[in-house]
Amino acid sequence: MLGARAPEESAASESSAVPEAGSAGREASHGQGTIFEVFRQERKGQPFQHAGSVTAPDEAFAEIYAREQYARRQESVALWLVPRDALHEIDEFPDEFEMKYRRVDGYSIKARLAEARERAGTLDMAPGATSE
Amino acid sequence: MSDRTDLLLAIADDELILGWRNSEWTGIAPFLEEDVAFSSIAQNEIGHARALYELAAAELGTTADELAFDREPGEYRSAPLVELRRLEWARTIARHWLYETADEIRLDALKASDDPDIAGLAAKMDREETYHRMHAEMWVDRLLATDEGRTRLIEAIDELWPYALGVLDDELRPELVARAQEKLGRTLPDVEPVPRGAHEAELGELWEEMTMVRRSAPAGAQW
Repeated sequence: MLGARAPEESAASESSAVPEAGSAGREASHGQGTIFEVFRQERKGQPFQHAGSVTAPDEAFAEIYAREQYARRQESVALWLVPRDALHEIDEFPDEFEMKYRRVDGYSIKARLAEARERAGTLDMAPGATSE
Repeated sequence: MSDRTDLLLAIADDELILGWRNSEWTGIAPFLEEDVAFSSIAQNEIGHARALYELAAAELGTTADELAFDREPGEYRSAPLVELRRLEWARTIARHWLYETADEIRLDALKASDDPDIAGLAAKMDREETYHRMHAEMWVDRLLATDEGRTRLIEAIDELWPYALGVLDDELRPELVARAQEKLGRTLPDVEPVPRGAHEAELGELWEEMTMVRRSAPAGAQW
């Protein structure tokens, strides 16, 4: 920890910013502590969104590092720090019967929409009407 | 030069030179997060230096850039503590913590100043320095928690202690002794401070590098 950073450690830190599926709960591979996922709120009232992560020996260091990396330019009004261990990850979603009808994109509505617009006489007002 | 500009330049030079020294870790700090944090602290210090130079420049009829870059090395009023080049992490943390502790005492005194510009700027700087102190204290706590860390930190502090004493004047110095001894739980040696103006040879090298671009371009060049 006190010496110069070895290249492989630097690479590990950078890649840890994007957790891979199924990696929840895994310790930092370079042995420098815990990975904390950072969520930031851009303005009051807005939802917190995942911003990245910091690796730190404990919560106090994580706070300092997250402040410096995600809030020093006043780009956040609040941060949440969550140890990656504390996340409950779900990454399996069986779709054995291809129930496309449950999704909006399962329907082709373009042609029907055009027909309806024609009936209503609003075809010209539809976005991209001239190209169709 | 008034006592006021003398004081402003002393603090500005401390912040500029320390900011420069801390920035020498950019890219090679012990790990990525620390690299970003320490570089950011370095940038803050240089920002403080600029604000202080601007106050002095208004009084002297010059500019912050001229004060920062156009003086000879011998004219700087920085404390030798910030001039030392010690690219070793325990010494860096020791210097960082000693300086921040001294700086807090100095800022507290300045915040009580009758001069509204100085008191206002000191309060503004202190809001950022709070995070520098948190960072320094955390590192000191962490190093003190292990035998190797403690040995290396104490060795570094012992080496830098006479320099740390030189950051403050006679009036404020006893407070630094009290705070440092309390944190470390140990009596620090009663030594002569290394005074301001007794520049280290390293300042010359730093000055050469720091003013190189400025000296290479004609005065008044537009970027």
